[in-house]
Amino acid sequence: MEIKREPVPRGARPTGQGQGEVEIDSSGLRVNTHDSKELLRGAELLGPTAPASMDGEELERYVHERVLTTTLEKAVSWGRSNSFFPLAFGLACCAMEQFQTAGPRMDIARFGFEAFRASPRQADLIILAGRVSIKMAPIIRRLYDQMLEPKWAISMGACCSSMGVFNNYALVPADKFMPIDVHVPGCPPRPESLMHGILKLRKMVQDDPDAGWRERYGAQGTEEILPGA
Amino acid sequence: MTVADQQLSEYRRREQSITLSQVEQSGEDTHEELLTLNFGPHHPATHGVLRLLVTLQGEVVRSIKPVIGYVHTGIEKTAEDKAYWKAIPVVERMDYLSYYFNSMAYVGAVETLLEVEVPKRAQYLRVIHLELNRIASHLIWLGTSALDLGAVSIFLYCLRERELILDLFEMSSGARMHTRYFQVGGVMEDIPVGFVEKTREFTKVMPARADQYGAILNANQIVLQRLRGTCPLDAETLLSLGVTGPLLRAAGNPWDLRKAAPYSSYDDFDFKIPVGTVGDNYDRFAVRVAEIYESVKIIDQALDGLPEGPHITTDRKIALPPRHELATSMEALIHHFKLVTEGFRVPPGEIYYPIESPRGELACFVRSDGSSKPARVHMRDPSFVNLQALSHMAEGSYIADMIATLAMLDPILGGIDR
Amino acid sequence: MPDATGLELLAKELQESEGMGAEAILGTLYFRGHATLEAQPQRIRAVLGRLRERGYRSLMSVHGVDYYPHEPRLGVHYELLDMDKVDRVTVVVRVSTDAPDLDSVTPDGEDGKGWPTADHQEREIYDMFGVAFHGHPDMRRILMPEDYEGHPQRRDFPVGGEPVIFTYNEHESSGVTR
Repeated sequence: MEIKREPVPRGARPTGQGQGEVEIDSSGLRVNTHDSKELLRGAELLGPTAPASMDGEELERYVHERVLTTTLEKAVSWGRSNSFFPLAFGLACCAMEQFQTAGPRMDIARFGFEAFRASPRQADLIILAGRVSIKMAPIIRRLYDQMLEPKWAISMGACCSSMGVFNNYALVPADKFMPIDVHVPGCPPRPESLMHGILKLRKMVQDDPDAGWRERYGAQGTEEILPGA
Repeated sequence: MTVADQQLSEYRRREQSITLSQVEQSGEDTHEELLTLNFGPHHPATHGVLRLLVTLQGEVVRSIKPVIGYVHTGIEKTAEDKAYWKAIPVVERMDYLSYYFNSMAYVGAVETLLEVEVPKRAQYLRVIHLELNRIASHLIWLGTSALDLGAVSIFLYCLRERELILDLFEMSSGARMHTRYFQVGGVMEDIPVGFVEKTREFTKVMPARADQYGAILNANQIVLQRLRGTCPLDAETLLSLGVTGPLLRAAGNPWDLRKAAPYSSYDDFDFKIPVGTVGDNYDRFAVRVAEIYESVKIIDQALDGLPEGPHITTDRKIALPPRHELATSMEALIHHFKLVTEGFRVPPGEIYYPIESPRGELACFVRSDGSSKPARVHMRDPSFVNLQALSHMAEGSYIADMIATLAMLDPILGGIDR
Repeated sequence: MPDATGLELLAKELQESEGMGAEAILGTLYFRGHATLEAQPQRIRAVLGRLRERGYRSLMSVHGVDYYPHEPRLGVHYELLDMDKVDRVTVVVRVSTDAPDLDSVTPDGEDGKGWPTADHQEREIYDMFGVAFHGHPDMRRILMPEDYEGHPQRRDFPVGGEPVIFTYNEHESSGVTR
């Protein structure tokens, strides 16, 4: 059933002329048609991240997905972002600076991230600390696959973000085989740099209500190939 | 996977033949059955990405096969592509805990080929930084080994001390790790005002801290029982395996290149070489902790006797001129330009330059063909050779002893894989 | 280090010792205080064995060099150390890429005890240069993946790596389009 409504221009003030009916539109969403006020509040809440090209039903649906369920999502994101369990995974020199980040001066435990898990099943943040050689790349991919959703990856140092100091046959930049959220430059990055990168990731997780990786990387409709399948 | 079978190599076919199906128990006594366990590259107790294929009979280790190459970086190949002094940062990143030692071996080899004299002040500064790096390396070793044995708090104490050392490195060169402070002919820059005082503060504090670690670990029954008497290996076997460094000294052979073939003014200093008796894990542990005290002594003596003079050779064909000269002197400008763009040329020849790193004999082989880029750089890394001793040490012992032995072996995978 | 005359005397001694012959030592070189003997590839085990009898009991390093464009192209260096006299001597053998075969010095043989320290080091030379060591207990690649093709450290093997992306060639990048 189509809803006939004039497209509401963004920024328009509510006129208070609603009907107070609840209608179901073609996509099955329950929309409260009387309240252009609510719609606008949603668009205002979205602020600068709202796409300018959408209006009418599309904007409504977008707002519904993004904003109307925001409180619970935000609480969950807040919890997730403040309790990353990094995977204890150090490859080379950057691992030494990762230790120093966990050490007494830089103290990653202030933020709650000191629980470095040994098993990828229990971790949700993989910090690739060091150079990724071609022998190691499939193993890292396997570790990343073994981690459970939601999961994030930080590429620490120049060697895994780009090729770093060694632009040669033996290395693979991490972007080639796994999605990376934050790249931290440096060779090796100081503990302060790594901390800045982790806090940036925390902010990313808090702001973005969709924590699933398929939505993040535009990979909807893809299928995971599992061994033995 | 839809790759045609004939395209797969034997190796890949073997990999894909591993299934996760249930293995039939043969019904006999399971203590006699051999189980091959893969201590994969990602493991909290292997120091870095070392893979061990361990065959167990019950809990007893019957054979160990290390598989390495997971952090192979092609450092030697990359160094061939760069000018001599531009290869210093590349070579430094090999054994990533003892970065000054890597650069010392390489720079020493190039200096021998060039026959350039390193000023005394530069030699003393090199010794100070090398010994500070030795202490830093032993601190990480102690922290991670204690972590493997279960003593988590020692890790944090050692990192606290290491922060002091990294502050000193940052003061002298600007970077905490991989500082490219050693250059061909000397050191990059003279030490700033306040460095000597800050280092003396450190050397005053360090022995007391090392005493604290000893007090925690040496009185701990668990540590003693895990380390005493486990996996001993005699000096003869170690020598035939090419093992040097604290492992050989723990077995009783006092071979140390700083005393036997002194380089960079080490013969000016008075220090002892800690030597063990039995060659078990406890001796390896005790030798390294004792080396921390000796290194502190060397640093103190070097600071006392630090001579005045240039910090790098005055030969402008090899070392960059000081920046204030660039404004006034044409020759300095030309030298600077030639050195930065092309680099200096080294007369053809080959040299093998060994030094004593925290893990053993670290040597650099440089072959030059007369151009401005090295024709071959090979680092003889001590961990690469010491790893061969692991199977001799740990076969026949329990798997927990194997973990402790691996910790005491102090392998650094960056050096092993290069 | 044996000095220059000491090196010549050592070479002569080796050539005159039994079963060796004059062709076993192809040359000597004394450079920057360091002594090098060039040995014939077929006699490498015998040469190392004789040197061991003379006190050079520690094999510190076995490494390969590519002498491109000089032939024979591939060289293997054996660094020996005498701990009692603090003496070092290097033994070099050269093989060509057409016949890159050498006897492995790792295992014990009828001609004397082997040098177990050469185990991983010879595997590395095989991996990086392609020199096949006969008699080695486990001749496989050690640093590169086992099915890798090519020998990276040879001078004609390209350094490889990713192209450095600037704006003029940004369309070539494998590209994370996020």
